[in-house]
Amino acid sequence: MAEYLIKNGFVFDPVLGIKGDRTDIAVKDGKIVESTALSNPQVIDAAGKTVMAAGVDIHAHVAGPKVNAGRNFRPEDKLFTYKAGKGAMRMAGGFSIPTTFKTGYEYARMGYGTVMEAAMPPLYARHVHEEMRDTPIIDEGAYPVFGNNWFVLEYLKNNELENTAAYISWLLQTTRGYAVKIVNPGGTEAWGWGLNCNSIHDPVPYFDITPAQIMKGLMEANEYLKLPHSIHIHTNNLGNPGNYETTLDTFKLFEGEKPKDSFGRSQVMHHTHVQFHSYGGDNWGNFESKADVMMDYVNAHDNLTIDIGQVTLDETTTMTADGPFEHHLTELNHLKWANRDVELETAAGIVPYIYSPDIKVCGIQWAIGLELALMAKDLMRVFITTDHPNAGPFTRYPRVMKWLMSQKAREAQIDAMKYGDKVRDATFIAGLDRELDLYEIAQMTRAGTAKALGLGHMYGSLKVGMEGDVAVYDYNPETADDPELIEKAFGNAAYLFKAGEMVVRDGDILSNGRKRTLWVDVKVNDNPQVRRDITEKFLKYYTVSEANYEVHEEGYLRNPFRIEVDATQ
Amino acid sequence: MAKIVTDVVCPFCGTLCDDLEVKVTDDDKQILEVYNACVIGTEKFLHSQAKDRLKVPMKQDEEGNWSEVSINEAVEYTAQMLAKAKKPLMYGWSSTNCEAQSIGGEIAELCGAVVDNTATVCHGTTLIAVQDVGVPSCTLGEVKNRADRIIFWGCNPAHAHPRHMSRYSIFPRGFFTGKGHKARKMIVVDPRTTDTAKMADIHMQLEQGRDYELLSALRVALRGAPLPEKVAGIPRETIIDAAETLKSGRFVVIFFGMGVTQSLSKNHNIDIAIMLTKDLNEHTKAAIMPMRGHYNVTGSGEVLGWQFGYPFSVDLSRGFARYNPGDSSSNDLLRRDEVDAVFVLGSDPGAHFPISSVKKIANLPSVCVDPHYTPTTAVCKLHMPVAFVGVEVGGCTYRMDAVPIHARKVVDAPEGMLTDEEFLKMVLKRIKEIKGVA
Repeated sequence: MAEYLIKNGFVFDPVLGIKGDRTDIAVKDGKIVESTALSNPQVIDAAGKTVMAAGVDIHAHVAGPKVNAGRNFRPEDKLFTYKAGKGAMRMAGGFSIPTTFKTGYEYARMGYGTVMEAAMPPLYARHVHEEMRDTPIIDEGAYPVFGNNWFVLEYLKNNELENTAAYISWLLQTTRGYAVKIVNPGGTEAWGWGLNCNSIHDPVPYFDITPAQIMKGLMEANEYLKLPHSIHIHTNNLGNPGNYETTLDTFKLFEGEKPKDSFGRSQVMHHTHVQFHSYGGDNWGNFESKADVMMDYVNAHDNLTIDIGQVTLDETTTMTADGPFEHHLTELNHLKWANRDVELETAAGIVPYIYSPDIKVCGIQWAIGLELALMAKDLMRVFITTDHPNAGPFTRYPRVMKWLMSQKAREAQIDAMKYGDKVRDATFIAGLDRELDLYEIAQMTRAGTAKALGLGHMYGSLKVGMEGDVAVYDYNPETADDPELIEKAFGNAAYLFKAGEMVVRDGDILSNGRKRTLWVDVKVNDNPQVRRDITEKFLKYYTVSEANYEVHEEGYLRNPFRIEVDATQ
Repeated sequence: MAKIVTDVVCPFCGTLCDDLEVKVTDDDKQILEVYNACVIGTEKFLHSQAKDRLKVPMKQDEEGNWSEVSINEAVEYTAQMLAKAKKPLMYGWSSTNCEAQSIGGEIAELCGAVVDNTATVCHGTTLIAVQDVGVPSCTLGEVKNRADRIIFWGCNPAHAHPRHMSRYSIFPRGFFTGKGHKARKMIVVDPRTTDTAKMADIHMQLEQGRDYELLSALRVALRGAPLPEKVAGIPRETIIDAAETLKSGRFVVIFFGMGVTQSLSKNHNIDIAIMLTKDLNEHTKAAIMPMRGHYNVTGSGEVLGWQFGYPFSVDLSRGFARYNPGDSSSNDLLRRDEVDAVFVLGSDPGAHFPISSVKKIANLPSVCVDPHYTPTTAVCKLHMPVAFVGVEVGGCTYRMDAVPIHARKVVDAPEGMLTDEEFLKMVLKRIKEIKGVA
């Protein structure tokens, strides 16, 4: 295998504490090594360039039934975006919901190496894996959804922690899943009857349990199992004015809890796309930012992590397992609405959406996402996402970086809004003169996300022994002054090395890489009751037999990478 | 001695029943009996055992005489045909697994083909309607566990999806539907008195082709607005009664078939049926689902979706995917003489396309890949027999609600018989050689 010596770049590595020093990075046999270990390396001149570990995306919707339904029901999303295949590349297109090939290529072009699919309906796990298999280059894993699962609701109602844990172990194994995802706990089950749970204390119809109990119980089970990632929450009441109180109530559920894993994460709960959960006011007229309240809490409590869910002011396609929210959205914007309820497990909805800079509310949403990051004290716990494609496509990450790194760019964006002054009045953005540096960007997109995922031993740093995932950007932090250069450089990596192989050069895709599929295999003690419950539920209520439910590694997973955890002790 | 293979998936219709049991001989060579399947499904398994089964590729010369050729010759002819064509049509894909569909997509991309599936002549209009207005839907288990109001519109599951009513929609007792069919109301909309219609609580025997008007009238009735005395031949009282029945339900599901997708108004019928479902969601919970025919037509739409972004009628001839049904759909291309070769796998256009299109196929270089002799065989230049997916080879298949289920292998294929996937891989390899790409 080729050896590479990446010389003289400005290196940013929060794990090693390197803040732009000129350091050489050596890659051999797929790993980062000491430069002395190389015998005959290909030398990459990175002088005047920025070098980081490849990006790790903690939350994006890039594969599976709702993503594909979004593709198929929006032919208009393909307009003007298609590119013919060339060399190693297949033809690829789509803007907010790109084809699988384009997903892989675009992430690689941004210097990303690992992406987590944030919501996998277990019954559709096979579909998620089929799409991930056809997504080149990037390593991927998927989070099965648990927050509305009948087994979980019943076990937690009876305070059966061990049974909940045994069921989680079984489902992760069966669906080849990575972590415990919770979306609108209880609310999506209520949506089975056209209802919702708007606060964390609203009881779920029939099951008589509250969202608070579901989230707390799943956290306890997650720590009992010592999983690499914490529970991953999208709490109730998303997208409504005044919902910051629900979010705060959710945060407070976990006060004093400590992680019990051995993967090095520091949080017991990751709350995703907090921008959508940080709204003040009680209607769209007095809608305002509550980012200050959110970040006061996050800054003061080190056992949780968040990602921002930045609105990018594009036309996009919203999709979430929060079924009632998507119905609410279609009533709001009257655009087409797809919904699919999934037996015993979850639901999902899809609605196209236009975040127009001419709409005040969209401008405020845009500001809130940036505020969350700019108000953060510890950027190892606050991450960049767009909740792709909900708040905007992932291809806008370089633009988000630009906004975070340049007050000038932010001001220019607000000035371009129709109601810029009203946006300033309803938010804190105008008073924030903080400009993040590349070290902080590396925390938010690599070191921090890898750590929160329990993958800090593989990704997110250029420490010797880590995966040979290195991104080089044509960006000189000493001389660059135009913020547009940030967006340009981070959207067209000069090089991306993935598992030691050069896959991108000057923004061109050279190879489809050796993509891996990550999943967590957690062993628990044999649990006859859970085994019996599973068999009974399949016989009586599922429409697929138990024997046909499991997704096999062979055929469905490209280069499966199994992370083993032992929770039998 | 014989053994029983359990949890077998039926590769016939979009119902994709996965509880079949098949008795096979110990040497995995022969199927003896099929349990739990409907008559059509049973026949699908047993027919793979037919003594007169085609096992060797056959080629037709200019005089119409058939002769046997080797597999390598069949691969060569297919690869040359596709590689040399300017705009080949690659049609079918609904009776094979997603693995084969995926390779088919790669070949199509390499050859600048148009890839189209059977939706083009059945639920393609549904897919267009979904692009207009979306689709609130659910899995079949939601129907079983929750639904108490069922509509069958322009479809006849008693004959076309024989186990649909017993497994999912009318008879089963689910979690919240413990009384089974006794607590369900069934409405059938069909101009014919079908065996399904005979079972209905309300049969709206509308005038042929006037579905749009009746759907519109139901939306009016839901709003409590005035209606004329009769709409589409149905008395006002019946329409109001039906609307009230739906409104009073806890969970409504509309199943619809080709009686409404391919009759007058086509996709507009489905547009308004979906809007009726959306309206119902303001009163109660409602979902709508197409009764997909082939067992993996849904899968073909999914694979095309994630590879190219469109569910059917995908034109790759310009180097990027283009989608415009009516222009890039099979029959339109054939009738306008726009394709110069035809490759068929996993369906039978010879039996289902208009005769004008079939004649066009007969005049073009053409290949039919199918385990059976079919009417398509008769018009194609080459027939390549393959193993039965779901009987002799497994693979991923998607049910009508898009739930993916892995079809199981039950018996061995006859010796030397290729699978769809294997054949396509050989063709792909050869095309790459001909075109000189890596």
